[in-house]
Order: sequence, then structure tokens, then C-alpha cells
Amino acid sequence: MNSIYASRRRSDKIIKVLCYAAAIFGVGWLCLILYTLLVNGLVGLHPRIFTQMTPPPGVQDGGLLNAIVGSLIMTSIGVAIGTPLGLFAGTWLAEYGRYSKLTGVIRFVNDILLSAPSIIIGLFVYGAIVVPMGGFSGIAGSIALAVIVIPVVVRTTEDMLNLVPNHLREAASALGMPRAYVITKVSYSAARAGLITGVLLATARVAGETAPLLFTALSNQFWSVNLTSTMANLPVTINNFVNNPDPNWKQLAWTGALLITVTVLSLNIIARTLGAERKPK
Amino acid sequence: MTDMALEPARAAAEPAFDRARALSAFKLGDRTFYWVTRVSALFVLIILGGIILSLIIGAWPAIRTYGFDFLFTQRWAPSLQPTPILGALGPIYGTIVTSLIAMAIAIPVGLGIAIFLTELCPMPLRQPIAVAIELLAGIPSIIYGMWGFFVLGPFLADHFEPAIVSAFENVPILNTIFQGPASNLSLFNASLVLSIMILPFITAISRDVFATVPPVLKEAAYGVGCTTWEVVRNVVLPYTRVGVIGGVMLALGRALGETMAVTFIIGNSFKISGSLFAPGTTISAAIASEFAESDGLHQSALILLGLLLFVLTFCVLTAARLMLRRLERKAGA
Repeated sequence: MNSIYASRRRSDKIIKVLCYAAAIFGVGWLCLILYTLLVNGLVGLHPRIFTQMTPPPGVQDGGLLNAIVGSLIMTSIGVAIGTPLGLFAGTWLAEYGRYSKLTGVIRFVNDILLSAPSIIIGLFVYGAIVVPMGGFSGIAGSIALAVIVIPVVVRTTEDMLNLVPNHLREAASALGMPRAYVITKVSYSAARAGLITGVLLATARVAGETAPLLFTALSNQFWSVNLTSTMANLPVTINNFVNNPDPNWKQLAWTGALLITVTVLSLNIIARTLGAERKPK
Repeated sequence: MTDMALEPARAAAEPAFDRARALSAFKLGDRTFYWVTRVSALFVLIILGGIILSLIIGAWPAIRTYGFDFLFTQRWAPSLQPTPILGALGPIYGTIVTSLIAMAIAIPVGLGIAIFLTELCPMPLRQPIAVAIELLAGIPSIIYGMWGFFVLGPFLADHFEPAIVSAFENVPILNTIFQGPASNLSLFNASLVLSIMILPFITAISRDVFATVPPVLKEAAYGVGCTTWEVVRNVVLPYTRVGVIGGVMLALGRALGETMAVTFIIGNSFKISGSLFAPGTTISAAIASEFAESDGLHQSALILLGLLLFVLTFCVLTAARLMLRRLERKAGA
């Protein structure tokens, strides 16, 4: 009897130790990455990063201004295109088509798009936009990002609208409001925080996307705000700088990586706090 | 109350308005909104259709030229005249090997962390650690790739790989798998970075799935004297099996298609080598590093690679979603 207890206790101990080890190993490893990023990125953080263009190889100084501006432009346009489409699609799934067969199909396809490799999105936009337009362009990059934004927004919109209690809709309908007004005035207001969370999460997701921009927006060494030509952007600039032995470029790549990570993390944290605010009520 | 009493009075004071016109404007707005949302919803299907269609059109020249041989040819010679010889065997091999190794490392560690978080961790620490891990899942993959290139790769090449190579020097089979020379760029390094990248992902999903176990079941098991491990093995894991497998497949889908975490450190070599410490390539790495400068048949072959990757991830993701949906239904019932 005692030996059974002992062996049960022993296997329990072993597994517990392994679980602790896994937690320390995993969390430690991830902390190490953040730490390296912080140390290497902060060294190069200097006001000129935000005021100067990316330097040619072998030149000291220089910043990331054109890449930062390009990234801001493309991310904003991508989110601006993707958000309404995703919002309306999610609205249809949750409000009009909740019991339709089509909804199941669309939801499934949306889930596939949500986790499809982003480089495939790049290939798609290359075939659908870059080739017909005759060259790499900032607008193609924005559209690639929009294609990534849409499934994220669809998913959160549907989830959030499904949480809105039905009696709110019923009350509004009973007052004679048409369906569209019930949705825009009642459902949207009730789910507002959740909807904003979804858009923020989508922005965070595309802010660091590199693969879909590699051959849609390409990148650019110079100041570029023309949407119909190649456009500088932070992720692809980092990609190009990492692949080059120039030490100044390496430093700029680290700093750029730090900027991206800080942006993505703060967007995620804002989205989280917004989403959590609803719960205590 | 006073507000409500005043309301009809104010309405009566306003000039009479055309009721029919207001109603028809309402109706028009209603119809328009319905169709706008409906078309947007269908747009999701159009995107998927567009992706498949554009990949097939782009890949068509390569499909016609190489046919099924494409899958079994190792040689990748895009500049050969008059027709380049292109085969997908190298990238397919690299994709599968790196994903499998990454999963082999990330699944036990990820599940271990999830068990730690749901069963062992002191209560006040649970939420912060879980949130931290979910935040880490959102970090762009290029950061992981960069870190692997600058930090992990050199470290492994200097300290880890030579030791492994000499340790298995005289063991058959293993001495082929772990063959030198140590290099910053190798399949093994790429797999390791990949595993670190999908780790938060697996942890977050398994934790969510473990949370669906009704506390009553666990309490009952603890009540009859089960140890923590016995509760996990006999209650938590059987109850959540479908969900855990679904989450793991979702992570596999991500690992298969991951681009930026591997491109820097895999070495981009299309030659298949028995050694894990030799450079290789994956489908996405090959596309990422060659596509922008490719044309003609070479470009078409790269798009065909993309199509293969899409089909592969589509199957894995479909299986994952079906399994997760089964768990959802169970939790809802």
C-alpha cells in the first residue's frame, strides 16, 4: 500500500517539477528576447531616428523617418479600408444571418483567413494589384494589410455583437425602430468598447507585418509619400538592414524593432484595458 | 418625468412633417444597410476565392511545365537556360522538418506552462503571467527572427552545436543527423526560433481550453484523493483532448506558414542534407527571399510553392477549426 502512495507521490512531484521548469524556461526565454531587444534598441534611440531619413550603406547617423511615416500611412490606410468592411461583415453575421447556413460557411472561411500565412496574402495582392498596376506601390501594401485586418475585425465584431442582450434589440424594435437603426443606435452603442478593441487588435496585428509587404510595397531608401510608387516602411527596412553587415544599419534595425514592439505591445495593452472595462459593470 | 411630459408638447409645436417621406427614408436606409452588410459578409468569401484563383493563375505556367515532377525534384536552378529546373522537394522538406521539431519542443513546454498556470501557480501570479504570455503571442515575428539571427544563432554555433556534434560522433544515424560544421544558419536554429515563437500561442490556447473544465469535476477528483498530476491526466486532459489537439493544429498551421522568424536564419539552401545543423529552406523563406527579384517561370514556380503552402495550411487549419468547434459545442451543451 505504502509503495503505491510513494510512487503516486513521486510521479506527481516529477510532473510538478517539470511544469515549473517549463514555466521558468518558457517565460525566461521570452523575457530574454525582450531584454536583448530593449538593451540593443535603446542604445540607438536618438532624436535623429525621428528626424532623418534612412542612410545609405557605410554612412554614419541617419534615422528611420521615411520608414516610420510610410508605415504609419500604410497601416492607417489598411485599417481604414479593412475596418468598415470587417465591421459590416461581422454585423451581418451577428445581426441578420445569425441563424442562416451561410453564416456558418462565412465564419469558417473567416477563421481560415484569420490564420492563413501572411506571405500568401502578399502573393495574392501581388497577383491581384501589383501586376495589373504595373509595379510595386504603397497602395498595394495598404491593401495587403487591409486583407489581414478584415478577418480580425469580422471575428471580434461578431463576438461582441453576440454578447449584446437580445432584450435591448427587442425593446428598440417594439418602439418601431427599423432593423438598421436598432443595430446602429442600440447594438453598436452597447458593444462600442468591444468593437474598438477589435480595431485596435487588428491595428496591432498589421503594425508589425513584414511578409505581405515584401513584394507589394517593397521599400524605399528615400522620403516617399506617393502611394503609387514603392514606399518605405519599418518592417521591410528592418528586414533589409538585418541582411547587411553594415554596423550602423544593424543598430538602426534594432532600434526599429524596438519601436515596432513598443507600438504593438501598447496597442495590445490599450485594447485589453478597454475590453476589460466592460466586465465590472 | 418632466422631460417625458414635455416631449409630446414639443412635437406638436413643430411644423407638421411629411410622414410618408420620413417612413420611406427610413425604409431606404434600412434596405441599404442590410445590403451593405450582406455584401461585406460575402466579401469574406470573395477574398478566399480571390486568393485561390490568383495563386492558381500565377502558378499555371509552372504547373504546365513541371507537373507532378515539381513535388519530387530537389534541384533548384532558376537561371538555367533555356528552361530553368525547379523542384519543391527542398522547401517542402525544410517546412515539414522545422515545423515538426518546433512542435516537438513547443507542445510539451507549452502544455507544461498551461498546467502550471491552471493548477500550480499561486493565485495572484496567474493573471499577470497569463496576460504577459498573451501579449508575447502578439509580438511581430520579425522580432523573433532578428533575435535568432543576431543572438541565438551565434550562441548555438559557438557553444551548443560543436558539443552535440562531438557527443554523437560515433553513434550511427545520430552522427548523420547532427553533423558539423556548426553554422549560424541551419534548420535546427530555425526550428528553435520557431518553437519559441509558437510557445506563447500554444500556452494561451491550452490555458483557455483548460479553463473550460467544470471545477466540479476537478474538485471531485481532488476530493477522492487524486494528486495534481492524476487530476490533470485523468480529468483535465481527457475532457479537453479535442480542444488541445485543435489548438496544437492551429499552432502547426502557424509554424508551417511562418516567414520572418525563419528567413534570416535558415540559410536559404535548396539542397536537402541529412544533418539538422546544415542550412536549408522553407516554402515561405524561399518565397520571401527570392520573389521580389524573380520573373517568368521562376516567379511562377514560387507562386506554385505558395499554392502548395496554402493547401497544406488550409488542411491543417480546417482540421483544427473543426476540432475546436466540437469542444465549443460540448462546452455550450
